[in-house]
Amino acid sequence: MPLANTLTSVPVTVDQEKCIADKGCTVCVDVCPLDVLAINAEAGTAYMKYDECWYCMPCEADCPTGAVNVSIPYLLR
Amino acid sequence: MTTISKEDSILEADVLVIGGGTAGPMAAVKAKEANPNLRVVLLEKANVKRSGAISMGMDGLNNAVIPGHATPEQYVKEITIANDGIVNQKTVMAYARGSYDMIKLLDSWGVKFEKDETGDYNVKKVHHLGTYVLPMPEGHHMKKILYRQLKRHRVQVINRYMATRLLTGSNGQVAGAFLLNPRTAETAVIRAKTVILCTGAAGRLGLPSSGYLFGTYENPTNAGDGYAMAYHAGAELSGLECYQINPLIKDYNGPACAYVTGPMGGYTANSKGERFIECDYWSGQMMLEFYRELEGGKGPVFLKMDHLAEETISEIETILHSNERPSRGRFHERRHTNYRDKMVEMHISEIGFCSGHSASGVWVDENARTTVPGLYGAGDMAAVPHNYMLGAFVYGQIAGEDAAAYCADNAMPELDAAQVNQERERVLAPLKRSDGITPYQMEYKIRRMVNDYLQPPKVTRKMEIARERFAEVREDMQYLCASDPHELMRAMETHFILDCAEMAAAASLYRTESRWGLYHYRVDYPETDNDTWFTHVQTIKGEDTMPACFKRPIDPYIVELDEEEKDSYSKLRINNFVQQ
Repeated sequence: MPLANTLTSVPVTVDQEKCIADKGCTVCVDVCPLDVLAINAEAGTAYMKYDECWYCMPCEADCPTGAVNVSIPYLLR
Repeated sequence: MTTISKEDSILEADVLVIGGGTAGPMAAVKAKEANPNLRVVLLEKANVKRSGAISMGMDGLNNAVIPGHATPEQYVKEITIANDGIVNQKTVMAYARGSYDMIKLLDSWGVKFEKDETGDYNVKKVHHLGTYVLPMPEGHHMKKILYRQLKRHRVQVINRYMATRLLTGSNGQVAGAFLLNPRTAETAVIRAKTVILCTGAAGRLGLPSSGYLFGTYENPTNAGDGYAMAYHAGAELSGLECYQINPLIKDYNGPACAYVTGPMGGYTANSKGERFIECDYWSGQMMLEFYRELEGGKGPVFLKMDHLAEETISEIETILHSNERPSRGRFHERRHTNYRDKMVEMHISEIGFCSGHSASGVWVDENARTTVPGLYGAGDMAAVPHNYMLGAFVYGQIAGEDAAAYCADNAMPELDAAQVNQERERVLAPLKRSDGITPYQMEYKIRRMVNDYLQPPKVTRKMEIARERFAEVREDMQYLCASDPHELMRAMETHFILDCAEMAAAASLYRTESRWGLYHYRVDYPETDNDTWFTHVQTIKGEDTMPACFKRPIDPYIVELDEEEKDSYSKLRINNFVQQ
């Protein structure tokens, strides 16, 4: 059975200006209970890779520069 | 002779704790305190800093048994009645006796509980009979406090590895676990004398009405891992037909939260703003009245706070928007729900297994022992009814100390190489398929079928159909594919979810009566039948590899109930004599 790529709008956004992943920070990626965040090595910033969010907020609360914002996933909003 | 593939690194531990949320850190710390020479390993699928049901803390204790406010005997009675008599009172008593010492320990670790002007704990009444709710307005530090203790006690923590199966020795005793790294797909084996399962609820069993797979009541990382692993290791599970079903904020699907707002004057109301239940403590009986109000033309159901004073509402907001599920505020804001002028719309959650809230769990005795030698359970997944967070801590301690003692008397079991190799093959199979069915599709389908056929009111024929559908999904497992290690983790969780769905159907079909209000409301058997069903229903993996159920008699009570109290939880509905 062949597979398709279906895109979704994700609830976690990362401010590219504030994110310091290029300096080696991985706090948001480390604390996510569902492991849905990742670092884009080229851009040097964190991003939400998988749409599997519990809107629980450790990523936002623990970010040292206030770069991460969690909104309520669209289906629940 | 079969040997274990060199691909797997093999670790050794005396005590392996699986799950680093609430019960797990306590179990690890207490095993290490009992014997500092033991090799204690705490394994966590996420990161212990922010994992489990309390990743953002907790706003209070729901079951504090504090001298001067409640006695262990009163608490055992309350839970026996709340759980319609189906309890092993010895396990509830072990919790109740340890409750106050655990509060003092947490207090000494820096957890801040609400106290009155004399320094006494400020306990509130939420339950039907007794007084057990102790607020923690600053409870968001809980995980930090636990993390500090893990460091202090030199517990070895392994983050970002999930356990996929328990390994067993030649005598059926636990021998360790098979592990998967969800970032690299590396596999590993831990050989262990004892294993303490602290993997939380089966939170991804039903599908929330939003349809969003991860918009569950429970932290969705808790996919029923411990239920499925204990089952495959041969352990008994209990009360799986006594589902967890909770009254939640509609769509947001988190608690509203009546235990915080109740003592401050908030209450559950119908669409006219009228109270219809006397007591907001979560029980099956309460959920049945909630369901009847929703279905009976007076719904939707709301949490009403708009009659409260400004300072009370501000205090409620501060607690609810900083603890446990802090994104609640954001959800209300977007929908223009201000507690001051609008009631909060409520709904019924998806079904799950959770002994922390109801009574569905892996069977444990008062020493936290399962029926598999060397295997322990604590927290939401261990069958001690209505145990909540404090029960997870107390049973974590009991399990940690008992496991430490077990280690002194037992040798390290040998690993069965065939078992390990078979498990590696099962785990890595979805990664080797370039096309097929994704874990998301398969999970969605199982959980949608759970809603269609297993959710109460339970109907015999529908549950039989569910088993047919689940059998078809099981055949499809051979097509389950994963495009990266992360999806492989989800694929392994899909296996856990299907195991739990099959167990839920089997246990619900077996108990041919109704009990626990909505939790086990069977339309074809609407009455409670104490002559036949005053018993535990146990589930094990049968000879045909499908769930098999049997009765386990209830141990004689150690605290007798008063006749007039026995049905107090069945009389929750407020009779409104005023004709409209």
